[in-house]
Amino acid sequence: MTTGSVPAPRLTPRWFATAALLCCAALAAGEAGAQLQAAGSRPGVLATLWKWTPLVLFGPPREFGGFALNIAVSFLAMAIGTLAGLVLGLGLVSTLAPVRRLSWLVTQFFRNSPWLVLLFFVMLLTPFQLRIAGVAIPLPGWLKATVGLSLPIMANVAEIVRGAVNSIPTGQWESAESLAFSRLQTLWRIILPQCVKRMIPPWMNWYAILTMATPLISIVGVNDAMTLTQDALAAEQRSELLIPMYTLLLFFFFVYCYPIARWTIQLERRYAVRN
Amino acid sequence: MDALWDLLRHVHDAYGVNLVHFYDGFERGRLLRGIWTTVKLAAVCIAFSILIGIVGAWLQTSRQRILKAAVKVYIQFFRNTPPLVQMYFFYFALGPQMPRVVNDFGVPQPMFGSFEWAVLSLSFFAGAFNVEIFRSGVEAVQKATVEAADSLGLSRWQIYRYVVLPLAVRICLPALNNNLVNLAKTTTQAYAIAVPETLFVASQIWSDRINVLEMMVTLLTFYLLLVGVFVWAMTRLERRLRVPGFGQ
Repeated sequence: MTTGSVPAPRLTPRWFATAALLCCAALAAGEAGAQLQAAGSRPGVLATLWKWTPLVLFGPPREFGGFALNIAVSFLAMAIGTLAGLVLGLGLVSTLAPVRRLSWLVTQFFRNSPWLVLLFFVMLLTPFQLRIAGVAIPLPGWLKATVGLSLPIMANVAEIVRGAVNSIPTGQWESAESLAFSRLQTLWRIILPQCVKRMIPPWMNWYAILTMATPLISIVGVNDAMTLTQDALAAEQRSELLIPMYTLLLFFFFVYCYPIARWTIQLERRYAVRN
Repeated sequence: MDALWDLLRHVHDAYGVNLVHFYDGFERGRLLRGIWTTVKLAAVCIAFSILIGIVGAWLQTSRQRILKAAVKVYIQFFRNTPPLVQMYFFYFALGPQMPRVVNDFGVPQPMFGSFEWAVLSLSFFAGAFNVEIFRSGVEAVQKATVEAADSLGLSRWQIYRYVVLPLAVRICLPALNNNLVNLAKTTTQAYAIAVPETLFVASQIWSDRINVLEMMVTLLTFYLLLVGVFVWAMTRLERRLRVPGFGQ
């Protein structure tokens, strides 16, 4: 691997421009419709969108919610999923057959179940508070939803770990053994450090997928951007706002996820194994 | 069969394991209709998304700059926005704009119901990935093969239809399978717009009969079976269609 300066992620402004143009077109269409309909009494579509943007982005005042909550949930679920996935992934490459088989079963189970079903599972079957030694610890909905989302991430990170460990040439294991490294030392000091680079692009890809799955938590009753958009629409009761409001929400996610996708492709190219 | 239902009823009475969705005829009917809806939804979406993938990959080989750019914008938009919000956008934002049609009872109703909107949004979502997958397959077809077809006097569409596509599909089948499995799992999102598929029906049953745990386990088992059968079938297809002379 040659060492060079990290190329800045190319965000291709052309696509941003296109997306922005599409949004503007939708807004303009809505605006024109509103101007025709409204007898001058109601604020225009743009003004209304502007009014609700803080709510959709940051949630109600003095409360945590909205798009910021989506991002927070995605960070937390990714952290939990990655830690658990590392452990599970090492289980998948264990030399002990029972551990390997059990890890395989857990991985397959969480990889192949639909996200929404897992989310319901965690939401409905865990208590709303934990009682440890007489102290009640409340489990808020968003925390449970985060755990629910981290389960499929855990299984997929485990698969990434397994794939990366298996992609390291056998020679590395053998030379470590000949240097009298124990298995744990070999894994920790020789194999895993080489895996990190290969794991980063797919790991980022899963982060993007997770972020795009976070609106699912609106179905189980968390105040995320999706819920708040629908609340705002319900409060306004204006049908000409439907397209612009949903477009705005799509736009928020696009602006967040698109650069990640571009960056992932860049890293993939940079870290690609040359042969 | 009746003996089995009686046994399950006894299990409920004696041990409190409430499998009412099996032994009660009404609940069983609901659940089976839900499962049928899921299978139908998945099948139709898979067919449409593959169609979108084929057409999109064909348009990307086009010489028209605008067409290429349009396909690119479509792919980037649908790949980088949440499928759930897309579905809401289709159902709640575009739905009311559609013309209404008069049904058999003379009552005006929306042109598309929630099932149709779910099909549309999920097909476009998975289709965006399929375009990329097919394109990678098309690019992997050897240049010499295309040139040979060209020298035989085939038109551009004929080359795509008879030479490139059959090879491309076989090359990109593993990636396609992955995406189609993902699509089958994403059909659960249709729950959000009240399509009576398995998850929706299951949630109705566990609300009515208060058997959340039993229903949940049944639900997960069903989806694991569905995905398992699908993966098994596609792996067999993959093996049958393997292009000789590649890999091990």
